[in-house]
Amino acid sequence: MIEIILGFLSTVGALSILFASIGILRMPDFYLRLSVTVKASTLGVGLLLICAAIMFPDISVTTKAIAIIFFLIITAPIGAHMIGRAAYFTGTPLWKGTISDELAGMYNEETHRLDSEEDESDDDIHDGKPNIAKTDEETK
Amino acid sequence: MIKNFLMNLLLSAIWVALTGSLYYTNFLFGFMLGFFVLWIMNRNETDQRYFYRVPKIISFVFYFLYEVVKANVQVAFDVITPKYFFKPGIVKYPMSARTDFEINLLTTMISLTPGTLIIDISDDKKTIYIHVMYLTDPQTFVRQTQTGLERRLLAILR
Repeated sequence: MIEIILGFLSTVGALSILFASIGILRMPDFYLRLSVTVKASTLGVGLLLICAAIMFPDISVTTKAIAIIFFLIITAPIGAHMIGRAAYFTGTPLWKGTISDELAGMYNEETHRLDSEEDESDDDIHDGKPNIAKTDEETK
Repeated sequence: MIKNFLMNLLLSAIWVALTGSLYYTNFLFGFMLGFFVLWIMNRNETDQRYFYRVPKIISFVFYFLYEVVKANVQVAFDVITPKYFFKPGIVKYPMSARTDFEINLLTTMISLTPGTLIIDISDDKKTIYIHVMYLTDPQTFVRQTQTGLERRLLAILR
């Protein structure tokens, strides 16, 4: 019974890491790559660690696995958020199939301050145009 | 609230010490027994929040796991099939979470659901900007998250 659970969990974990790595290759833009990779790898590593915790009947293995999963869950979203924010600042283009960009024009260009409402005063700095990719057609 | 939780931990530690087997399943069983004992003892108290909150936390964990697995299957299907089914977009999401702790938990939960990625939080901590993979309509996405994830999370925290 334990072996069936172990096999199932580790297969699902390994498959989700595999799909994350295929996703890096196949996704058309940076943000999609980021959002595919971070979550699927968190789930995959978490499942493999749970397998290790079930497999070794030792309390120290269990506590270590729980601690690693806890810190992974805390740190992975923050890392993804920081990378995505930096990518948006440097003007990484969104995919051409993107249907809405409500963040466009919300940043103050000099101070990187982000407002929650549309501000009329700095319309001349940034005219609210979403930076959706034109590079895709040019490269292909 | 905190007192009840500490009492519950103490009762489960006593259960583990008395039975003498230090496994997490035994600890969980002791926690359940302690919860039951505390519930019986405190039925006449006015402060019943702890006993409503623990079942809510457990149901939230299972709801969250279900959402994560469902979204992961959707993303995995999209990755391995040759056609792209997604419609990405950045959505402005007005939060009703106010304190830093609530915002932290909410953004972590939203980030861990596959297909959504927090780009940034506005400086006055009122809105967050989410990059969503499967966006049919921004209004429906905002409404679904507000009634689903955020309402359940705030019901636990407040």
